[in-house]
Amino acid sequence: MRRHIKILEYALSSLVRRKYKNLAILLVYTFTIMLLASILFLTHALKQEASFLLLDAPDLVVQKMAAGRHDLIPVQYARAVEKIRGVKKASPRHWGYYYDALTRSNYTVLGIDTGMPGLHLVEGSLPSDKGQCAIGTGVAAVRSVGVGDELIIVDSHNTGTAYEITGTFSAQSNLLTYDLVVLTRGELMRFFGLPADRATDIAVEVHNEREVPTIAAKIRQVLPDTRPITKNEIIRTYDAVFNWRSGMMLVIFSSALIAFCILAWDKATGISAEEKREIGILKAIGWDTSDILELKFWEGAALSLTSFLLGSIAAYVHVFFFSASLLAPVIKGWSVLFPEFRLTPSIDFYQITVMGFLTVVPYIASTIVPSWKAAITDPESVMRT
Amino acid sequence: MEHLIHTEEITKIYNPRKPDEMRALEGVSIQINRGEVVALKGPSGSGKTTLLSLIGCMGRPTSGRIVVEGRDVAKLPERFLTAIRRSTFGFIFQQFNLLRDVSVIDNVLLPLYPVDIDVPAMQQRADRLLDTLGIGAKRHLKVKQLSGGEQQRVAIARALINKPTVIIADEPTAHLDRQLATDLLAILEQLNREGKTIVIATHDPLVHEHPFITKTIGMRNGRIEGVVQR
Amino acid sequence: MNKHKVFIGILFAEVIILLMLSLYGTLATKERDRIELPALRELVASLRLTDLSLWTEARYTRHPSQADWFTPFQDFPASFEHFPAGSLIAPRTFSVDPVFPLR
Repeated sequence: MRRHIKILEYALSSLVRRKYKNLAILLVYTFTIMLLASILFLTHALKQEASFLLLDAPDLVVQKMAAGRHDLIPVQYARAVEKIRGVKKASPRHWGYYYDALTRSNYTVLGIDTGMPGLHLVEGSLPSDKGQCAIGTGVAAVRSVGVGDELIIVDSHNTGTAYEITGTFSAQSNLLTYDLVVLTRGELMRFFGLPADRATDIAVEVHNEREVPTIAAKIRQVLPDTRPITKNEIIRTYDAVFNWRSGMMLVIFSSALIAFCILAWDKATGISAEEKREIGILKAIGWDTSDILELKFWEGAALSLTSFLLGSIAAYVHVFFFSASLLAPVIKGWSVLFPEFRLTPSIDFYQITVMGFLTVVPYIASTIVPSWKAAITDPESVMRT
Repeated sequence: MEHLIHTEEITKIYNPRKPDEMRALEGVSIQINRGEVVALKGPSGSGKTTLLSLIGCMGRPTSGRIVVEGRDVAKLPERFLTAIRRSTFGFIFQQFNLLRDVSVIDNVLLPLYPVDIDVPAMQQRADRLLDTLGIGAKRHLKVKQLSGGEQQRVAIARALINKPTVIIADEPTAHLDRQLATDLLAILEQLNREGKTIVIATHDPLVHEHPFITKTIGMRNGRIEGVVQR
Repeated sequence: MNKHKVFIGILFAEVIILLMLSLYGTLATKERDRIELPALRELVASLRLTDLSLWTEARYTRHPSQADWFTPFQDFPASFEHFPAGSLIAPRTFSVDPVFPLR
């Protein structure tokens, strides 16, 4: 044990002797880990968030298809769906999108029945009359309005309509309601010019969740021009969306990993003449091969473990205290309304362990391997220098 | 009489069966007794350095036996060879081979890192050696800040830190002026009086004509030319 | 010869910080689950929401769970994906084969 501590001590002295070079490596390594870990933390947390929040999404959503596109669905389809065994209730949903030319942002407009009970996360109240609306914080911010103010939007007849804002959704619900404008159902249908016998889609509740796939298949059979979407699919959409192995996340992740591999490869492709000389001297004065390799192991481990842990801490703080602000431009895309959200801190330790393996082990190897040849050479070559 | 070190018909061939094959030693047999001061004398390329490195357990002969303190080291695995090298031999290299950016005391302590001895004991030994050699006050300076003579003493201290039985010095006076060379020989003479066996490879007449040399082994072209016992 | 103590101390501190952050996370989650989550779930259930309000640049990025396979191609099957968020979103999996639902 004493021997190992002394060799560790020498390894640390060795690192300190080349302090500027090693500090640079430490910084690059830490930043790379921070980026990698941030992606893992962010995607994991968003996935968790989605899976918890959307547990109460409708069991099934039935869309009508026409010419391969989403079409308005006849309200009577809901009656046909309700006749299927296992279905508790089928309710038409009325909702759509509104492009606000003033702010160049898109809103999601949702219609609700009047007399709906109040919600905890609404400051004020939901609309109970055709001239009222409730909005998300994103809409409030971009339009600089609040409860009591008016929201003026242009309907399908190109007429500006003013709605009194009776409530705003609280910031805690940003991830769900940021771009929402809630109107009464009748008013929404008038606003968009929707026919009275049509809806956007149908939300279906079932008695037994395990029967959802069967019911979905039956809906397809009974109503062949529809497409049912199950809650499972809804949740799994977000599993796929926030999968770090896809899309832009994969690009950033691989870029960072490749940058890291370049760093390690650069180390692995050779040691300097000075380092070779040092190894030769150590061997000559009584260090054997395993001592030299242990020395190189500690040199690699000291840097990589410190960087890895520091990078992980930085990533945690970056994602959960600063809302992943460095990654936000990547994730945000072209969204004008992009919610500020504080994610619930959640780490998947399995992912961190895997990342540790993918970075720490190769780095240590890239420190040991190039020294191998020098370490196994007979020290008599030192006599000849 | 049992010799401290003896070799039997050792041969060393570098790059065998290749175009640049070099036969550094051919059938060399020598004996070194405890307490002797042996000078290996010969021109450049005579095999002195190769012989030194083999008896100092720095490498293995191509053929032949090398016996150190009764153990045949020619075919020992590396770990055992290193252990013997560490405990039996102290090396003073021609170019000193110190780590220039490392402090004096850390250079001296280097051989003790892989040894199971605690840090305070290590530092005590090093301090005593440096004080004896007159460079105790410079223990925290980097080696590159020292003069040639001071670096030589650091090299000697490092060679002695493991309390070796044998001191091996390869052309120790090659880069020293006359005064420093004389000082070095005085230190070696003192070490011999304290019981250390010394083997020096040199073509400097100042060394092989010094009275403290007890045996001179002449070499040429990898073979022993003659042995003169005083 | 104290560098090893400093190094081990630093490593130890880093591990402790990570564990504490993790603990903070667990506690924050519990707190949040107790207070916020029921209200959020009530919201989802009452308004019958199906998607997170994350990417509002296009219909299929705002409601990826409701989009069909070729919505990203908008008006023409061979057109390129042109919303940045679209490159973040992997295609949805279907639990019912849309062509052969009873298979």
